[in-house]
Amino acid sequence: MATLRELASTIRSKNAGVDHITFDIICRERANFDRVRNSNVLSREGVAALFNIPVERVSHFTVFEPANAIKFTIRRLKPSGSPGETDVFGSQQYAPLFDVVIP
Amino acid sequence: MTAIKILCPTGHLAFTPLEKGSFLLGCEQKPDFIIADAGSCDMGPRPLGADQHVSLAAWQRHDLEVMLVQARKLGVPMIVGSASDTGTDRGVDQFVGMIRDIAAEHRLAPFKLTAIYAEQSIDELKRKLAGGARIEGLDGRPDADLATLGRTTRVVAVMNAEPIRAALAGGADVVIAGRSSDCALFAAPLLDAGFSPGISYYTGKLMECASFCAEPYMGKESILGRVEGEAVCVTAMHPGQRCTPASLGSHAMYERTNPFREDVAGGHIDMTNCRYEQVDPKTTRASGQVFVKAPTVKVKLEGAGKVGERRLAVIGIRDPHTIQLIDKAIAWAKGKVAERFGPIGEGYDVFYHLYGRNAVMKDLDPAPEMKPHELGIVVEAIHRDGEKAAEIAALAARNMFYARLPETKGTAGAAALMSDEILIGEAAYEWTLNHVIEVKNAMELFRTRTMTVDGSGLKEAV
Repeated sequence: MATLRELASTIRSKNAGVDHITFDIICRERANFDRVRNSNVLSREGVAALFNIPVERVSHFTVFEPANAIKFTIRRLKPSGSPGETDVFGSQQYAPLFDVVIP
Repeated sequence: MTAIKILCPTGHLAFTPLEKGSFLLGCEQKPDFIIADAGSCDMGPRPLGADQHVSLAAWQRHDLEVMLVQARKLGVPMIVGSASDTGTDRGVDQFVGMIRDIAAEHRLAPFKLTAIYAEQSIDELKRKLAGGARIEGLDGRPDADLATLGRTTRVVAVMNAEPIRAALAGGADVVIAGRSSDCALFAAPLLDAGFSPGISYYTGKLMECASFCAEPYMGKESILGRVEGEAVCVTAMHPGQRCTPASLGSHAMYERTNPFREDVAGGHIDMTNCRYEQVDPKTTRASGQVFVKAPTVKVKLEGAGKVGERRLAVIGIRDPHTIQLIDKAIAWAKGKVAERFGPIGEGYDVFYHLYGRNAVMKDLDPAPEMKPHELGIVVEAIHRDGEKAAEIAALAARNMFYARLPETKGTAGAAALMSDEILIGEAAYEWTLNHVIEVKNAMELFRTRTMTVDGSGLKEAV
């Protein structure tokens, strides 16, 4: 058992346009990447459950081999910077990924 | 076709000042072009809506000066896009003014400057809609109608390579472009030199954030791209950085929903089969992109509209009983606001940002209810009228102080006021347009102005 925080070298979130926030999980070691990918813990359904949102809000989920990366995108409820929004760059939304347990 | 070298010193000109050391190392490599993007929509809708720049003027001047002086010394074109953060007409004129001042200060010999304007008339867009044009929503947004445009204060179109390419073909030494697609700035000179759309736009995609595509993580350092045939070799200029297959590959997926696809007007680049190979310790070669032509040319429109004036108040809570019942306290305060102003959300708004609980992630925060030691609350009130917004903020904040909670022991105030004042925030805006419009040719929404800048005699001929 290991957490994503231990297996990935980069875990980040950032705006992808004004209506979405995209998340990147990148492993430096290929073995760690294979372990994360093959566990199937991270999936469209898995991240929807983690963030406690309907699966339809996860607009994209991709395994990106050239970068040893898993990438998914969540639709914002309101565009970035709207009244009431507090993360205009979308840059602090990744924290819940740290403690995800990978067998 | 010979190889072309492009030097990129910064991923967002003047957001913070560029680092001159690695830029000068890059200039020693004799680049054919010096290119930087100066804008983004990352800062939210206000800079566009209010037509303000978020980069400091002193830093804008610094970065333009460093680039211009070296570009003129090398005798190579310099291209800057999305002038002054948002790429409005004001931004283009501001940068043109700075270029003139810098030229005069350095007594630069005459050169040709082309300014390209990207701002759009909302009335003209309304006429287009009335004439049957479609303003098609992106990212799941509905198409824009007259009401959408009615809520919009300012609009820019995002240019692709064509207007910049035309400026270069016309002999421009310096191009100051309004809102531009980042990768178009790099694609323009490559297309002009005869390279394929695939490698031209792909080079732009890889290079547009400068040292972000290298490792270890550093911002504002220069990178050099050498384009030959259907491949680009990207080299980090900072002595402590290197471009690796991992760093370049992970950058290809940065800030985008789909890592395999980059949309440009008139088509997209398919990056599914891209390959990254280390060619020397600081350089990685990228290739394998495919350009897929679209049947029509669509240009992106970005629009922001004013929602209202914004007032803020900051309060803190230390009483563990109040923290435990914070939702009840907020419900009480909201009730008092609604008594005077009617239902929240109808004609005005008020938000409580609970730093210590879920202010940063809001609905996305899965963490269970926490028991913070103390709670910081920013109250945000929005109303068309500033005085009303201030009144709402005051009601919303002070009624936290007076919150009526069961079994409260602290009966002299349920909240701490950092300072009993209402802060005047910048006006609130929203992104109203994230859309595309079909055009007959990629030039038609953009206007160009060319001038000769003569710093040597402080003269200018138009």
